[in-house]
Amino acid sequence: MKIQRHGAVLGLVAAGALLLSACGSDNNAPAGGNTTSNAASKVECGGKAKLKASGSSAQANAMTRFVTAYESACDGQSLDYNSNGSGAGVKEFIGKQTDFGGSDSVLNAEKKETDDAAKRCDGAPAWNLPAVFGPIAITYNVPGADGLALDAATIAKIFSGAVTTWNDPAIAALNSGKTLPADKIVVVFRSDESGTTDNFQKYLEAASKGTWTKGVGKAFNGGVGEGAKGNEQTSAAVKNTKGAITYNEWSFAKSNKLQIAKIINSGGGEPVELSTASAGKSIEGVKIKGTGNDLILDLKSIYATETPGAYPLVLAAYEIVCSKYTDAEVGKAVKAFLTVAVTDGQKGLEDAGYSPVPASFQEKLLTAIKAIA
Amino acid sequence: MVSIVLIGLFLLIQAVPSLLVDNINFFTSPEWSTGDVANLRFGIRDLLVVTILSSLVALVIAMPVAMGIALFLTHYLPPRVARPFAYVIDLLAAVPSIVFGLWGAKVLGPALEPLATFLNTKLSWFPLFSGNNVSLAGGGNIFTAGIVLSIMILPIITAVSREVFQQTPVMQIEGALALGATRWEMVRTTVLPFGRSGYIAGSMLGLGRALGETVAVLLILRSSPLPSSFSVFDGGYTFASKIASAAPEFSEPLSTGAYIAAGLVLFVFTFAVNALARYVAGRGKAKAS
Repeated sequence: MKIQRHGAVLGLVAAGALLLSACGSDNNAPAGGNTTSNAASKVECGGKAKLKASGSSAQANAMTRFVTAYESACDGQSLDYNSNGSGAGVKEFIGKQTDFGGSDSVLNAEKKETDDAAKRCDGAPAWNLPAVFGPIAITYNVPGADGLALDAATIAKIFSGAVTTWNDPAIAALNSGKTLPADKIVVVFRSDESGTTDNFQKYLEAASKGTWTKGVGKAFNGGVGEGAKGNEQTSAAVKNTKGAITYNEWSFAKSNKLQIAKIINSGGGEPVELSTASAGKSIEGVKIKGTGNDLILDLKSIYATETPGAYPLVLAAYEIVCSKYTDAEVGKAVKAFLTVAVTDGQKGLEDAGYSPVPASFQEKLLTAIKAIA
Repeated sequence: MVSIVLIGLFLLIQAVPSLLVDNINFFTSPEWSTGDVANLRFGIRDLLVVTILSSLVALVIAMPVAMGIALFLTHYLPPRVARPFAYVIDLLAAVPSIVFGLWGAKVLGPALEPLATFLNTKLSWFPLFSGNNVSLAGGGNIFTAGIVLSIMILPIITAVSREVFQQTPVMQIEGALALGATRWEMVRTTVLPFGRSGYIAGSMLGLGRALGETVAVLLILRSSPLPSSFSVFDGGYTFASKIASAAPEFSEPLSTGAYIAAGLVLFVFTFAVNALARYVAGRGKAKAS
């Protein structure tokens, strides 16, 4: 019995390692043991012993932590997450290959994804639950200019080639007192299609007051600079290239010790440094577009936040679940997993480069999770 | 043989539907956008340019060096000393290509910046040195990739050349020496003519490896939104690195087909290179007998 358990854990670790290498954006080991037995008692464990989920690689590292927390909270229960991309996550959920899906974007009504998902759930609507938030850092390499302040319009100008040197008046105006070199700005972007790029461009479109005219999408549209593959390569490129600037998931900015720009949000005011608190502040203020327990976020309310001290560049990743599972056993397990994910699972999430869900939003998530049947 | 035909057939069958709905010229366009299945626009011009340029840079560097090493090992060093040296060169082939890639991207690329800047600005009259569509500071250009590739193909060219140079008939060598030739004259008059076809065939094998190299090139080259300026200081994708970079996103059969079409071109191209190598090697054999 004991040996079997070990085998299962080993298998999971191996699966986890595979997952991480598949998405290629890991830099942390699954952390375990931060679950208190106290919190675990709140969870109603049970149902299907081994859940299956797949999707977004942006939330893969968070998932690894959620699974660890879930296993220690619910004895004998486990979940298998395959980070094969948001598109595949939705497809496999609709195709009933997985119990729930992970995606960087909500189900698309125009592409009939909403209808298909409801069909998959035998008539019950599918819900989009944002359980993972990851801040995106603007990282750069200008020796001697730590804590550069930028606003969305200036970032848009840099990433579309309108501003080409570091001592451009547009940058200097936001950073009085700093000596900026006359070096050329080397824009680095993600050459692969990624949700990070999509969210970054959505942010620019929402917050730059019309300066960003290149549109949104998973491929970078700025038309300048040079592309590198994945968060690993873009962060390495910034580290090795003087004068370079890019956008990274927070964990990569931290692990490479890159300079991170402070962002002046749409409210004007003081430049905001990226931290768990400042990212949490903008998540707290998020408006919800979906009805009832379908927590579709109005991302514009994050990107264009005017709250002082709120960091606006935050990516949300959704879990896509059925509001009612035909197989009650599955529903029970999904419920237990998500409950653990948004409570215990959020602990220490900032070490993996995510921003834990703030208390007020956690409540909304828990209400929705409780309503799953 | 059967497997090669089957692979070729697979590539062809997968590629044709996408090629039929391609909205721009497949061979001459530098554009590559497969995001919108209803409006596929993909052309291989830049892939071809980057693939050929990086392989050429690799060959230009690796061929003379490999010949020097092979001659030195076979006709200058005493065999007792030559063996460990040969072993060290062969060991280069055992280094995983991802290690070469990381080294190229993180160490060699940035270190080459002064040289790259010099060539790019001072020698820009030479067409292959003028222009760059990625920054020189990052070093993510064909020049860096070519140098890394040259190291990767060095062992294969050296090994083949060494074997061939070793086979030079002793009678010829001794004849040349008896006629009063110096060692270098002996090499020039007997070893090189005898080993030429083997040396070229070995280089072609190396070229085949350089054309298909994936991970190292993918890590080193930065991509650019601008089309190729036919310079070795451009960034971009080779066929193999383009396919590898997009592989995680293969979900739509039509956009996947576009990449498979690129793979088909690489397949045919590499096939032609290898056939050429065979032909050259075969001709050499006929002459020798």
